[in-house]
Amino acid sequence: MIDAIRSLGRWGLSVFERLGRGHLFLFDTLKGVPELFLRFSLVTQQLFSVGVLSVFLILISGLFVGMVLGLQGYNTLVDFGAEESLGVMVSLSLVRELGPVVCALLFAGRAGSALTAEIGLMKSTEQLSGMEMMAVDPMRRVIAPRFLAGFISMPLLAALFSAVGIFGGFLVGHGLLGVDDGAFWSQMQVKTDWYDDVLNGVIKSIVFGFVVTWIALFEGYDATPTSEGVGRATTRTVVHSAFAILGLDFMLTALMFGEE
Amino acid sequence: MPLIKIRDLHFYRGNRAIFEGVNIDIYQGKITAIMGPSGTGKTTLLRLIGGQLRPDRGTIEVDGQNVHKLSHSDLYALRKRMGMLFQSGALLTDLTVFDNVAFPLREHTKLPESMIHDLVLMKLQSVGLRNARDLMPSELSGGMARRVALARAVTLDPMMIMYDEPFTGQDPISMGTLVNLIHRMNDAMDLTSVIVSHDVAETAEIADYIYLLSAGKVIEKGSPVQLKRSSSQWVQQFMQGLPDGPVPFHYPGDTLEDDLFSQKVST
Amino acid sequence: MQNKSTEITVGMFVAAGIAAIFVLALKVSNLAEFNDEVGYKVVAEFENIGGLKVRSAVTMAGVRVGRVESIILNAETYNADVTINLYGNYDMIPVDTAASIYTAGLLGEQYIGLEAGAEDEFLQDGDVIDLTQPALVLEQVIGKFLFSKAEGDD
Repeated sequence: MIDAIRSLGRWGLSVFERLGRGHLFLFDTLKGVPELFLRFSLVTQQLFSVGVLSVFLILISGLFVGMVLGLQGYNTLVDFGAEESLGVMVSLSLVRELGPVVCALLFAGRAGSALTAEIGLMKSTEQLSGMEMMAVDPMRRVIAPRFLAGFISMPLLAALFSAVGIFGGFLVGHGLLGVDDGAFWSQMQVKTDWYDDVLNGVIKSIVFGFVVTWIALFEGYDATPTSEGVGRATTRTVVHSAFAILGLDFMLTALMFGEE
Repeated sequence: MPLIKIRDLHFYRGNRAIFEGVNIDIYQGKITAIMGPSGTGKTTLLRLIGGQLRPDRGTIEVDGQNVHKLSHSDLYALRKRMGMLFQSGALLTDLTVFDNVAFPLREHTKLPESMIHDLVLMKLQSVGLRNARDLMPSELSGGMARRVALARAVTLDPMMIMYDEPFTGQDPISMGTLVNLIHRMNDAMDLTSVIVSHDVAETAEIADYIYLLSAGKVIEKGSPVQLKRSSSQWVQQFMQGLPDGPVPFHYPGDTLEDDLFSQKVST
Repeated sequence: MQNKSTEITVGMFVAAGIAAIFVLALKVSNLAEFNDEVGYKVVAEFENIGGLKVRSAVTMAGVRVGRVESIILNAETYNADVTINLYGNYDMIPVDTAASIYTAGLLGEQYIGLEAGAEDEFLQDGDVIDLTQPALVLEQVIGKFLFSKAEGDD
């Protein structure tokens, strides 16, 4: 019994310790961000590996998610004779929810885990330590550019995801199921609000990008420097990111759309 | 006036004492070796000197500056004058050999690319790898990786260089090459070298002065010749690599007779 | 050190992402209709606005001519003061125009419908629409209906 309480206490302390380290880590990272604008080529390189390499996955997934939405939405709406609203349904689902959330989950799996593995490997092969001894601060040289790249990439990827998804919904709705294309687009335009829907979706994706990149980099930086430790850290990145994304999504949704 | 002055150094990892009152002086222009069995914290000592770890008690002064009292920027300024050769080489895996050696120059200087090119080639020439400049670190053998790392460690012309186990896991040829290189670098560039190692023969060959560490303390110090003549049994066992002596061959515990006897009783 | 093709693909990626945001803004959402700045504002006082919201549509003969800008409670009359932003190109709306709150479809959202009057003078910035008809609140309608039914039975 005593042992159980003690281990619970130890677990609690370690959680707080990690939480504290994570925030100090974030603080150190953000300190390194401003000077990156003087050396943007560092960020460009990371935009390539974080952003560009994720584009293909995001586009394909977005297209299919949109197509599924088109099919499912049509089947539901047609019972009410409201299939003209298919465009609204697809665009609101994507822009408000699925775009930012699904894209962030995919981003955590594709780019987040890669970042953790990369940083963890750099740590275990003493590359980070080596940089420190060369008087190059790895927080500024390695971590900060990746952070900024993730932060910039995520909203762009989410926007691509939503745009492609809406196109996928249109392909299925108009091409396959014969919904009038004029009604599809015009209803969508009337009911989708720039501020309430699109901009809030973009804000969500910015928040998710921030959090996922932070988690991924911290897990890598904090990993036990062995191959096993890096593997575990990579798993943790995906799991913790998923929790963070879904939890934050609930809070943000309640904040943004709750008052209507 | 030693270049590195370590006084009353205490360092604990958890409850385990790594150092308990270590005093070491390292003099300008000399090759000083720090030796001891595995697990005595030799690498930890280098990290303490480089300011990557903080001692629990005691001071480390490098070139008159207390390493652990420096501000972040002063510490980084001091590190520019220190080179360190990691056991793995710690080359940046996504850069070529050339870019690895050019890395400190590009980070710390605003030299034009043509000058960086010439400087890097000179450094690579001195370790004999000028023609390997376009290879990636993954294509290098362990000994070559260490030579590249050595070239990188001296690109900023530091006042001192620290070697972490430079001879471990090398075949005889690359071992000889490294021994030779370290010696030559030290004399040609007026470096101060600190070698952490447990390869007795190679280290004794080039070291001017040796500290023997064990169980958190300096057991013996002196020139290689002095150590070989030491009266201490422990030093003799270490220097000659004898399997049994003050450091027992058997892991401490019950004697064999006790073990066999008790087993018989229990069955 | 930096690869040219890396830079180009990154540039393409950023451009595509920004283009996607523009598509969402202009093609998917109603941002294209935001030309409020060039419009003019009039106020209409309603007894009850029902479910009318800020940015609800304002139409005339079914054509959108503006948006609801703000809704506040008038502290003297306890009615709702609805500020309407009319698009600048519709500058020939008579001063005796009537405003009513309708519902789009059976379950749709509420909007303001304008019916043109006969005056030669046109509404200008800051004018007030006097003729208004409040939103139909379903409970009130049913209540009135039952009341009149009961009266009729007597």
